[in-house]
Amino acid sequence: MSETLLPKKEWIPTIHSHFRLQWEETQQAYVLLYPEGMIKLNFSGGEILSRCNGKSTIQTIIEDLQHQFPDAHNIEQDVLEFLSIAFGKQWLTTYD
Amino acid sequence: MKTAPFWLLAELTYRCPLQCPYCSNPIEIAQINNELDTETWFRVMREARQLGAVQLGFSGGEPLVREDLPELVAEGRRLGYYTNLITSGVGMTADKVANLKAAGLDHIQVSFQASSAELNNFFAGSDKAFAQKIAMAKEIKRHGYPMVLNFVLHRQNVDQVAQILDLSMELQADYVELANTQYYGWAFHNRQQLLPTREQLQKAEAVVAQYREKFGARRKIIFVVPDYYETRPKRCMNGWGNIFLTITPDGTALPCHSARQLPFEFPNVRHHNIGYIWRDSPGFNQFRGNEWMREPCRSCPEKEKDFGGCRCQAFMLTGDAANTDPVCDKSPLHHTITEVIDKAYIGDATPLLFRNMQNSKNLIASDHISS
Repeated sequence: MSETLLPKKEWIPTIHSHFRLQWEETQQAYVLLYPEGMIKLNFSGGEILSRCNGKSTIQTIIEDLQHQFPDAHNIEQDVLEFLSIAFGKQWLTTYD
Repeated sequence: MKTAPFWLLAELTYRCPLQCPYCSNPIEIAQINNELDTETWFRVMREARQLGAVQLGFSGGEPLVREDLPELVAEGRRLGYYTNLITSGVGMTADKVANLKAAGLDHIQVSFQASSAELNNFFAGSDKAFAQKIAMAKEIKRHGYPMVLNFVLHRQNVDQVAQILDLSMELQADYVELANTQYYGWAFHNRQQLLPTREQLQKAEAVVAQYREKFGARRKIIFVVPDYYETRPKRCMNGWGNIFLTITPDGTALPCHSARQLPFEFPNVRHHNIGYIWRDSPGFNQFRGNEWMREPCRSCPEKEKDFGGCRCQAFMLTGDAANTDPVCDKSPLHHTITEVIDKAYIGDATPLLFRNMQNSKNLIASDHISS
């Protein structure tokens, strides 16, 4: 249904104003909140979205994650794939 | 059983400037008037949040009549809730829309009665309601809120679903809820005048499908089916005491907004904390799990799917809240539903009874005389 957007690494993603991202202590997870609903994010989804702050480029986000999780493989590809889904679901918008 | 509520619905007041005859509030609104104060609401919000509640709805009645609404919103947001205001839009002003935004309100849901001023205002019981709602919907969008428009559907407006969706698209609603009337409270009293025919519903669903195809993911259209026309009951509240916690204006805590009518004791937040209410109170444990079930639910392979349906509907239609919801065609009392449907084809000339304090008083008085 949603259009597939291939994110470019110079984009600066930010959470769409119709969603709110927050850390939920009781669930030990990041959640996306929207009118009358919630999406609980898995660990990597939460780590990625919490860096989409309207200031960092996707390139910076990837480097930051590579720095923090040096043992993880294919971070770049995983991030781009996840962001593509997140843009498609309109969780994210971008300034570029 | 979940250990935490997900939803806290704060019914701040039963006062309301409108008189919708399908209101889900209890008939007895006129005798429930000792509203909780601001501090008690703060405590309720804090305790529910500590348990893990995330969504906070301000509802009523009309929540805008509470002068402390901006304070309540600000506290809810400070605690980390996603804050939803569920309003008729009547009593809203451009300033209030802005002030609530500043207080941290996340989302506003505006109810409409119909797509035309005439029918809208008839059902609302107010000549000015429609124009006010249109003006406020525009104001809400101007401030960048995500906006849900809610239309309660019944036999007198369900044929206008196309016009309703056109109006919603024009107002740039992000979500449109087409909520077929659920027959509780005032709606139950008026159900014979409100229940549409099956053919009306099928046409409406076809229109919804066309609009969904046309607008795709940009606008979400939610169509809440009326369970009277189903053969299996709804998964009511996603299970009793599972995710939903309602606090009524006088502080009674309920597992759903209709449960007050059930013959069980429900706790009051004036006397108990939310942790006790949610986890330990007899009222919230009454129908948890499936030990309470009788036949045909007990041996039914679908019992985990719908939990036997709605306890309030079972009570209203069969006289016993532990019975199978008679919407289920396995229920030996399913005829209590089909008889109402059959009458929908004949029509009912009885005038609608509007939801207001005077009618509430009259009904309470006549009930006392007859019983």
